Amino acid sequence: MQNTDASENRSSFVDFAAIKDEMMSNQTPLQVLDGHGKIVNQAVFDQYSDTELVDMLKLMVWERTLHQRSNALTRQGRLGFYAPTEGQEASEMGAQLAFKATDFLLPAYRDIPQLIQHGLPTWKAFLWSRGHVLGNDYEEEHLAAMPPQIIIGAQYIQAAGVALGIKKNKTEDMVAYTFTGDGGTSQGDFYEGINFAGAYQVPAVFIIQNNGYAISTPRHVQTAAVTLAQKGMAAGIPFVQVDGMDILAVREAAKAAREYAAAGNGPVLIETLTFRFGPHTNAGDDPKRYRTPEEEQPWFDNDPLIRLRKVLTEKGVWSEEIENAYIDDVKAEIKAAVAQADAAPKQKISDFLKNVFEEPTPDIVEQIAIFEAKEAK
Amino acid sequence: MATMTFIQAITDALNTQLKNDDKTLIFGEDVGKNGGVFRATDGLQAEYGKDRVFDTPLAESGILGLSMGLALQGFRPIPEIQFIGFIFEAMDSIAGQMARTRYRMNGKVGLPITIRSPFGGGTHTPEMHADSLEGMIASVPGLRVVTPSNPYDAKGLLISAIKNNDPVFFLENLKLYRSLKADVPEGEYTVPLDKANVVREGSDVTVIAYSAEVNESLKVAEKLAKEGISVEVVDLRSLAPIDSATLVQSVSKTHRAVVVQEAQRMAGVAAKVVSEISEKAILSLDAPIGRVSAPDTVYPFGLAEDDWLPAAADIEAKVRETLEFN
Repeated sequence: MQNTDASENRSSFVDFAAIKDEMMSNQTPLQVLDGHGKIVNQAVFDQYSDTELVDMLKLMVWERTLHQRSNALTRQGRLGFYAPTEGQEASEMGAQLAFKATDFLLPAYRDIPQLIQHGLPTWKAFLWSRGHVLGNDYEEEHLAAMPPQIIIGAQYIQAAGVALGIKKNKTEDMVAYTFTGDGGTSQGDFYEGINFAGAYQVPAVFIIQNNGYAISTPRHVQTAAVTLAQKGMAAGIPFVQVDGMDILAVREAAKAAREYAAAGNGPVLIETLTFRFGPHTNAGDDPKRYRTPEEEQPWFDNDPLIRLRKVLTEKGVWSEEIENAYIDDVKAEIKAAVAQADAAPKQKISDFLKNVFEEPTPDIVEQIAIFEAKEAK
Repeated sequence: MATMTFIQAITDALNTQLKNDDKTLIFGEDVGKNGGVFRATDGLQAEYGKDRVFDTPLAESGILGLSMGLALQGFRPIPEIQFIGFIFEAMDSIAGQMARTRYRMNGKVGLPITIRSPFGGGTHTPEMHADSLEGMIASVPGLRVVTPSNPYDAKGLLISAIKNNDPVFFLENLKLYRSLKADVPEGEYTVPLDKANVVREGSDVTVIAYSAEVNESLKVAEKLAKEGISVEVVDLRSLAPIDSATLVQSVSKTHRAVVVQEAQRMAGVAAKVVSEISEKAILSLDAPIGRVSAPDTVYPFGLAEDDWLPAAADIEAKVRETLEFN
């Protein structure tokens, strides 16, 4: 016998269909400015002065310019590994603006702009991209951060550990914050990280930048969960989904999360809905193989820069001239950073061997001698 | 001085370092109120509180990622992995993350983490509880792997591991936990890392072993001594790095060598010892290097362990074969 009416399948003891319906009811992502540049939360918008708004747009222009130059440098063979950030400026800079230099950042490979804003000199970021160890030498900057993570969930469990350390040290007004992508939420370490952080109620802010694709795998293949934010539910930590093309909304949500966590209330999970305009990395990935122009166009129209630029131009505090002059300044800084990266000394294997342990073990001492002899030639 | 079992020596080392350094933290599955499934951390939570000795959720990658974050905040974590077979869950945290951090960050960031885990067979545990994974672990650059064979070394090596500013994987043999007793000094003392130990001097053949097989080798040495055969027994103690200087010195004296491990033949540590001796002392050898190990199967089901594990009789046969070679 075949049931045609789903309701006939519903058990009076437990109605899984109803539970699923409730689970799948979507919430509207937080917004301050909508996709047309219309202010949808006037109260929040009004808290920002024109100068602050201009600074936010400048940060996004800076990130876009950094992206464009990095892209060009990669094509010229003057950078190594590069994960494009175009389209994610509101998500990355909005989040970054909510944190302090004393907070501990655990970034992933697409989070280079946040790392630079956190204090990593641009020339060192370029050295990281090229595969030079000086790009990971944070001592001089006293940088509260780890180098960009390649394993897409590892930084989440480390962030839980850093945050537990902050709690145990009773360090006031400090949090650990970390990023992953939509694909990263499928990794065991993602769950272990948010679960540990929840279990220990530590000051951590976990940010998922949901840009729709893990290389070519679309978001809907990652999970049946209706939002990625709701994964916080199982760990018992509060979560929210934010319009990731709206820098004001991301900044406000991250700021609230930071305050909540720093005050000792435990961790928070934020999902930003964003889009990477380009490929996953510049190592041969072509989004045309897995995305259609019809799908991409609305996101391009939803460019976070266009949105804020429109509002600020209407206010009379931004113009094409201002933007172009600012871009020229950024380009000059990037040029200087490339020159500084070019001047980095050649890496020595004997130095690598010396850096494996605090004191080289006897077998490594043997190998240092071999390589020092080779390097002296 | 007190007489202690191997596991009591471990607990004593942990207690000593918790007392001496308030940055040390012990955590893992069931290590708190329960004192660990083998009671290695018995009484430590009661003594030092839940802030220093605490239970974790059951997730090995999480435990070791947590260790890394805590070390970055100035702590000296001593995480426990309940059984060695669970380490696969945490190999990214170990090999992909913590062991490479100093190298990755230009030598500027050290992670003083001591991972403790029981290992080794012969106690009829369920699957994935006793495997000999030391060869895999010892292949990770940036990680020291240490395993004591007696209570004195257990305490001294563990204190050295905890005080070291780089990650150390500390392997405790399950069968030795309660089968050995020895005099152990009170308070802090150290046994150096990276050093093998000549536990019995001899002149006819060198037997190189580690962990429980050291004791099997000593039985063989005693038996053969009655026939006038003088066996030198070297306890490797450090599986990464291998102390090849001590091995070369011993082999240059005896001219014959037998390497013993509980792990499968393919599993690494004995092969590394053989290659070190071959490279550095082959001309002092009068016979091919003998190797005693378990067969290349998956770790056996409990009832087959006694047939599978290399024992004194296997070592004796290989030693005689090596001595008879002309």
